[in-house]
Amino acid sequence: MDFEQFRIPLGSSLEALINILSDHLAPLTKAISAVLETAIDAIDSGLMHLPPWALILALGLAAWRLGSRRIGLFTVLGLGLIWNLGLWDPTIATITLVLFATAIATCLGVPLGILAAMHKGWARLIMPVLDFMQTMPAFVYLIPAIPFFGLGPVSAIFSTVIFAMPPSIRLTCLGIRQVPAPLIEAADAFGATRSQRLFKVELPLAMPTIMAGINQTIMLSLSMVVIAAMIGAKGLGGEVWKAIQRLEPGLGFEAGLGVVIVAVILDRITQKIGARSV
Amino acid sequence: MEKIVVQNLVKIFGDKPEKALRLLRQGQGKNAILAETGQAVGVADVSFSVTAGEIMVIMGLSGSGKSTLVRCINRLIEPTSGHILIDGTDITTLSREELTRLRRTKFGMVFQGFALFPHRSVVQNVEFGLDIQGIPPKERRDRAMAALSQVGLTGWEERRPEALSGGMQQRVGLARALALDPDILLMDEAFSALDPLIRRDMQDELLSLQDTVKKTILFITHDLDEAVKIGDHIVLMKDGALIQSGTAEDILTNPASRYVERFVEDVDFTKILTARSVMLPPSPTALIHHDGPRLALHKMAEEGISRLFVLGQSRSLEGVVTAEDAARAAEHGDRTLQGIIRPADKRVSAETSIQDIVPLLGSDKEPVAVVDDKNGRLLGIIVQGSLLAGLADKGRTNNGF
Repeated sequence: MDFEQFRIPLGSSLEALINILSDHLAPLTKAISAVLETAIDAIDSGLMHLPPWALILALGLAAWRLGSRRIGLFTVLGLGLIWNLGLWDPTIATITLVLFATAIATCLGVPLGILAAMHKGWARLIMPVLDFMQTMPAFVYLIPAIPFFGLGPVSAIFSTVIFAMPPSIRLTCLGIRQVPAPLIEAADAFGATRSQRLFKVELPLAMPTIMAGINQTIMLSLSMVVIAAMIGAKGLGGEVWKAIQRLEPGLGFEAGLGVVIVAVILDRITQKIGARSV
Repeated sequence: MEKIVVQNLVKIFGDKPEKALRLLRQGQGKNAILAETGQAVGVADVSFSVTAGEIMVIMGLSGSGKSTLVRCINRLIEPTSGHILIDGTDITTLSREELTRLRRTKFGMVFQGFALFPHRSVVQNVEFGLDIQGIPPKERRDRAMAALSQVGLTGWEERRPEALSGGMQQRVGLARALALDPDILLMDEAFSALDPLIRRDMQDELLSLQDTVKKTILFITHDLDEAVKIGDHIVLMKDGALIQSGTAEDILTNPASRYVERFVEDVDFTKILTARSVMLPPSPTALIHHDGPRLALHKMAEEGISRLFVLGQSRSLEGVVTAEDAARAAEHGDRTLQGIIRPADKRVSAETSIQDIVPLLGSDKEPVAVVDDKNGRLLGIIVQGSLLAGLADKGRTNNGF
């Protein structure tokens, strides 16, 4: 066989598979897309109708209660700056997308992580898949998202969930595996059932590690929703994308700074929650 | 009543235990089986039984299989073969649900590294077993507080375990087991991680607690001093097999093998040996209804001693006479010893340990009387020489000479 002539039809087979899947799953994915998009729009427009100063103060207060006074102050000043720069609406859109994506990634990732911790075979299956998910360039997920969910925020959330979920799975699994064996033994010796052991011993002790995973998921979500602007997600990523196309470094920097501020706020708050759950 | 009966218990670690089991039945040792099959023998055909209300100590060095053995008893480790009867029920055949129920009601376990839950407060730790049984919060709090007061930790209930010292943490561990009011306490090297002074306190407290709670206790240790102090019976293990079982005195005075001898040679004999094992026959003595001062003086002169124990009816100890008093009475012309008997203060029972006799001997070198607790009979006497000879003798036999 002439090796140079023959090419394994990897890409074209995958495309065929995606076509088949999208044909058959289209009613389902379109329905999901419609529901999610309505929900996102409702939250976005709800938040945008509130006066920004009120929301900034509320978020600042929440950051103070959940985190510390410094985080609260930073939240108020940072969001104030964003408002002043005229980036309020895109920032709200970005935060909504991140929270949606994180919620979905956590709801899927934590149970998958628990499963991986409890069954070695499942872990062996899932770990290479996670490696694949994390190392595949993030842009690539954007392409197949479109035939399933169409252009817009739902495709962005879909690809974001795939990209951002692995740390939640990995660190949940790690956190549970790291629970000291004598504590597991103690739980068993006192007659705990498998689920009592999970909920009363393993999960509480794994919580700081799980929170670290969720923190990572949030950070990855944030970086991904910016990239997802390429397939029509609005928000700060959209502003950056616009700045690239128009070659406006100033606008790019401002929008980028907005992303940094949102990232710092979300990171510090989730870290504090994680540290407190020890 | 037999609370726990262990029959021919075998635990083999590895994926192909059948061949190892066959070799074990043919009398092969742990190392030979490991070399031939790659299977590790944890417990090799061990049988013993524990009476309700006693403290049974399982002793052995690390790797002797004692921790594996105790974990087979509540099936934290599944036995490979053999039977374990708890109150007559063979627990090796129980289903998972039945086993869970048994663990909740029959067993309390205390661990070497305490194994307290760091995310729960002290009282929440003690409540753990009650919590998973679904006992209402009010009742389990009351029972946990009662258990904490049993171990002397009232007032510490809201602390986190890491805020407590090692000794206090293990009291929490003990309270966690006691809160369930189990029939059986499994204590796996429970005091081994504590420093020696705290450890001795905990041993004393366990013994006094046991006087009131009367649990059946299976206590694992690698320390012979600890074993002989707290064990009513001791099982000695080596390489997964049972080497010897019996009371502390049985094991110390009749070591079944060189291994046991080597084990016991470091033990502090003053704690284990009792008055009975070092006392001398109580001759000569004076008889209160028979001997007068002159005869007493004569007996003392003959033996070269200055004091004589005086016996009454059926050899009961009445007191002592000194040579000085007897000489004075003889000059006065007294015919009996009645007037000059002094109370014998230095008296111990046959079960008193040598540790407690040494201070009695004191500096005046006067002999100590060993008296039967029930009828007051003089059984023997202990002088410093006999005590040292007794100790030296034990040391010699136990060194294997």
